[in-house]
Amino acid sequence: MNDLRGLYQEIILDHYKRPRHHGVATGANREAEGFNPLCGDKVKVTLAMKDGTIEDVAFEGEGCAISTASASLMTEALHGKTEAEARELFQRFRQLLTGGEVVDEEELGKLAALSGVRDYPMRVKCATLAWHTLQAALDKADDAVSTE
Amino acid sequence: MTTATMGIQNAFDVEARRRDFPILATKVAGRPLVYLDNAASSQKPNQVLDAITSYYREKHSNVHRGVHYLAQQATEAYEAARDTVAAHLGARDRHEVVFVRGTTEAINLVAQSYARPQLQSGDEILITQLEHHSNIVPWQMVCEQTGAKLVVAPLDEDGQLRLDAFAECLGARTRIVSLAHVSNALGTILPVAEVVRLAHAQGAVVMVDGAQAAPHMQLDVAALDCDFYAVSAHKAYGPTGIGALWGRRELLDAMPPYQGGGEMIRRVTFAATEFAEAPARFEAGTPNIAGAVGMAAAFDYLNAVGLEAIRQHEAELLAYATERIAQVPGIIPIGTAPDKASVVSFLVEGIHAHDVGTILDGQGVAVRVGHHCAQPLMDSLGIAATARASLGLYNTRQEIDALVEGLDRVRELFA
Repeated sequence: MNDLRGLYQEIILDHYKRPRHHGVATGANREAEGFNPLCGDKVKVTLAMKDGTIEDVAFEGEGCAISTASASLMTEALHGKTEAEARELFQRFRQLLTGGEVVDEEELGKLAALSGVRDYPMRVKCATLAWHTLQAALDKADDAVSTE
Repeated sequence: MTTATMGIQNAFDVEARRRDFPILATKVAGRPLVYLDNAASSQKPNQVLDAITSYYREKHSNVHRGVHYLAQQATEAYEAARDTVAAHLGARDRHEVVFVRGTTEAINLVAQSYARPQLQSGDEILITQLEHHSNIVPWQMVCEQTGAKLVVAPLDEDGQLRLDAFAECLGARTRIVSLAHVSNALGTILPVAEVVRLAHAQGAVVMVDGAQAAPHMQLDVAALDCDFYAVSAHKAYGPTGIGALWGRRELLDAMPPYQGGGEMIRRVTFAATEFAEAPARFEAGTPNIAGAVGMAAAFDYLNAVGLEAIRQHEAELLAYATERIAQVPGIIPIGTAPDKASVVSFLVEGIHAHDVGTILDGQGVAVRVGHHCAQPLMDSLGIAATARASLGLYNTRQEIDALVEGLDRVRELFA
């Protein structure tokens, strides 16, 4: 049970039960949908970008505790970040989960709560689903839906 | 191999049977492994492992062509395996058994070699709502190729096929009916004999996916009166990568080959090739000889233990598991047909199946979580995933208790 507490930390259970920024971003002008064929989970990420900065970000969809909490924590971490900073954060977050390189967990803030996923390789995709979807939304800059 | 040589007594002794399966001694997270994922793939007894090893140590060469001693030994082992499989399936004729990679390949073979050459635009293929992707996708592919239409017969709320609705789905254009004998996701045992009767009355041919039936019950294609029947060895205590397609001789003989290559020919010139008869016509290339030997050993094992004894043991376990799991607060059972194989699918309210699976794994309990390769079924039930405990001949009541204890921990952690 102790090991499982490492995976299912309080902060993760909290964000699972009460996800933050669940819905559509105010003034959204970019979006993408992500799908995990392993479990059938779906997520939609919407972004409001202005002058290269994320003014608002939100997610929709339902999934497991790991994917939902990860999406919720991601939206919290991204507010006010530039596109480049967001991509950089994803890289460091991914390193945290795959254990490839030593990551300064303090820099990651609350996202570090997901470090327990390292010990569960089958669940890494759950934790990165929202982030991959974010990346797709950022990549779609040119043909993104515009509300302006 | 006889019952006596395997040292198995008539009375079912689960502890003795557990000793046949070396992997069951595994510890997971410091606890004894509780393996409840048998519908995905069962574990292998020493009797099967030894048969494969002795084949490679004592008899191996290529089959059917060589004139030397080992070629003869290998050919005899391979063809003896065909006899065992034919007898186990209730086939009248050993030429009706084609060795394939598994149930998936068997269905693809029938779809491409039987269905594709004769389907016309507007013809119909009828399946059921609970099919595994392997009994959906090959038919969708052949529909795409021929303009035929896929029709899906609905289930009742317990997860059993509605025979009245099935009869209404059968029409003058129905050429093929393909259905599971036992549902992998729900455990439902389908009324195959009745389905065959209704389908034959309409002139349709019936293919049965027996992947989930093989570990649990006596198979008998003659009693079912179906036209094709497919099994995989690995779900019935045999090795992976081998299975069998049984088909009526007259149907197999009229079918074009599935793949071209060695083994499946009578005579080859650069101008033309004359194909061998069934089953060789469908077994291009060097076959999975050791796999066939292992599959036959698995069927010998099932018969030595006794399929009736296994059925009784699993029925008792299923009743116990169903009752114990239902007592856990927040559990929603999925699939409650009266006639079921030992599969219990369920949801835990407010907790995703993947989290349930991970937390159970942390306690050494292996269940399957997800859509069980039956996404259309899950969609029709309005759910994304279930947790599934599928029981085999070596499972015990104590293991069900470990599962229930694990589910209590799941709720505790998410409380």
